[in-house]
Amino acid sequence: MSTTTRSAALHLGLIALIAVLGLILPAYHQGNLARILVLATYAIGYNVLFGYAGLLSLGHAMFFGAGMYGLGLAMHHGDVSALPAFVIGIACAAALSAVVAMLALRTIGVAFMIVTLMFSQTAFLTVLYFGTWTRGDEGFVLAQASRSIAGLDLSNPDIRFYAALILFSAALLITARMMQVRFGHVLIAVRENEERTRMLGYDVFRHKFLAVVISGTISGAAGAAYALLFGYVGATFTSVQYSIFPLLWVLLGGAGTTIGPFVGALFMFYLIDYTSGLTSAYMLIAGVVLVLLTLFARAGIMGEVRKRWLRWLP
Amino acid sequence: MSLLRTKGLTKVFAGLTAVNDVDLTVEAGRVHALIGPNGAGKSTLVGMIAGRISPTKGNVWFDEVDVTALPAHKRMRMGMAYTFQITAVYARLTLFDNLALALRDQHRDKVLAALDRVGLADRADSLAGDLSYGHQRLLEIAMGVAQAPRLLILDEPTQGLAESEITGFNTLIRQLAGETTILLIEHNMNVVMELADHITVLETGEVLASGTPDEIRASAEVQEAYLGTGDAET
Repeated sequence: MSTTTRSAALHLGLIALIAVLGLILPAYHQGNLARILVLATYAIGYNVLFGYAGLLSLGHAMFFGAGMYGLGLAMHHGDVSALPAFVIGIACAAALSAVVAMLALRTIGVAFMIVTLMFSQTAFLTVLYFGTWTRGDEGFVLAQASRSIAGLDLSNPDIRFYAALILFSAALLITARMMQVRFGHVLIAVRENEERTRMLGYDVFRHKFLAVVISGTISGAAGAAYALLFGYVGATFTSVQYSIFPLLWVLLGGAGTTIGPFVGALFMFYLIDYTSGLTSAYMLIAGVVLVLLTLFARAGIMGEVRKRWLRWLP
Repeated sequence: MSLLRTKGLTKVFAGLTAVNDVDLTVEAGRVHALIGPNGAGKSTLVGMIAGRISPTKGNVWFDEVDVTALPAHKRMRMGMAYTFQITAVYARLTLFDNLALALRDQHRDKVLAALDRVGLADRADSLAGDLSYGHQRLLEIAMGVAQAPRLLILDEPTQGLAESEITGFNTLIRQLAGETTILLIEHNMNVVMELADHITVLETGEVLASGTPDEIRASAEVQEAYLGTGDAET
């Protein structure tokens, strides 16, 4: 089997498996998995920039938030229906990421991390500042009646689950394809050795710019979908915590692997879910597990699988 | 006809003049060597030619086009290729992927043919970082050659190569001579004398002498400044 066939089999197989799980899982876990699929989409977006282009952003919550507030404000205050509001959310994230890319890509390394963090904090404070509209920390709820596309009620658990799966599948297949064409290869080349790549005649800035925009837009799509599917828009989702989450999921699942972001989000969600049932000090247990993983599986779960067993893993 | 020309090229780093008013002409199809003691400004000069370093003063023409303001990647796309003094291959990628990036082509046959020019085709699926230092140098040169450049800039290509590998390198460059113009920074005088059609000697950022290998060998000034008195074959 060629690498392309294998990779298609892996991704389609994973999507089919999740689709079947949606039918047989009890309601509680089906609901969890829907949430994980949206968060994994966010992680897939983050992975484009961090895992493939090698740029560590500490401000992705602003893109998630741009999608969320783009959709939320349009629906809540503009009476826009769900589908066009979703498009508005994605457009807001794309526009914001293009502006941030132009400015932040003047820096590299630690400076890039700090600049993205600062931009994201500005976005967070902006949400709080315009509290009249955004209701700040408290947030606002999207009316259930408005949360439907083509007559399908997205607050219905089954429909919500499959809507989340469609979003996740689209992000997964788009990024998997992206990494098979030259654009993806050049992104990896930029990550591995920027100067070498420039001296092979590739426009490094253009590739990094597009990576930020693609990454930010996918993150924004996840934010918009989160608001639409779960009906709530709040400032917490633009806080620094939500910039750190995708980094953790990607690190745990395996940076620079296509399914690592999903594995990481799944793992961490259930780690916290399980340990919080055992003790109120669940963050301590979660923390120890995270430390152990970074000590003994430095490439993340799927990264280790690739290193040890499956060299072809995309 | 000249493929590359510089006029008054100057670089000042924080008050220190690394390259001072250099006029250089590289004729098409030639192997042009750039020699000089450490710190003479050779790497800075080719850095300005390739677009890695912006000049303080002066201009660069490539194929009669003023490229002074163009970024490096555009100059490469115009037909330059550059190999680094310090090996810069993609250590965590396979040899195949390294060459495919240089070729802008994924076709297995073409990539393997390019690797074969330096005798590394059988290691296509190894990681570049697992190669010996000498083989990494050869891979780097192969990446430069694979771009089929009109001007190939080699910054100390034989540094760290064993005698036998240098012989292979000389053969490769001789194969290229005629179809590709080569600008070579080199410390190994045997290599320079064997390959170069034309030699420019730099000292403290200025052109000390320029001429055929025989002229350079005979020049008293160069003898004194660089080659040492006595035998040039050191």
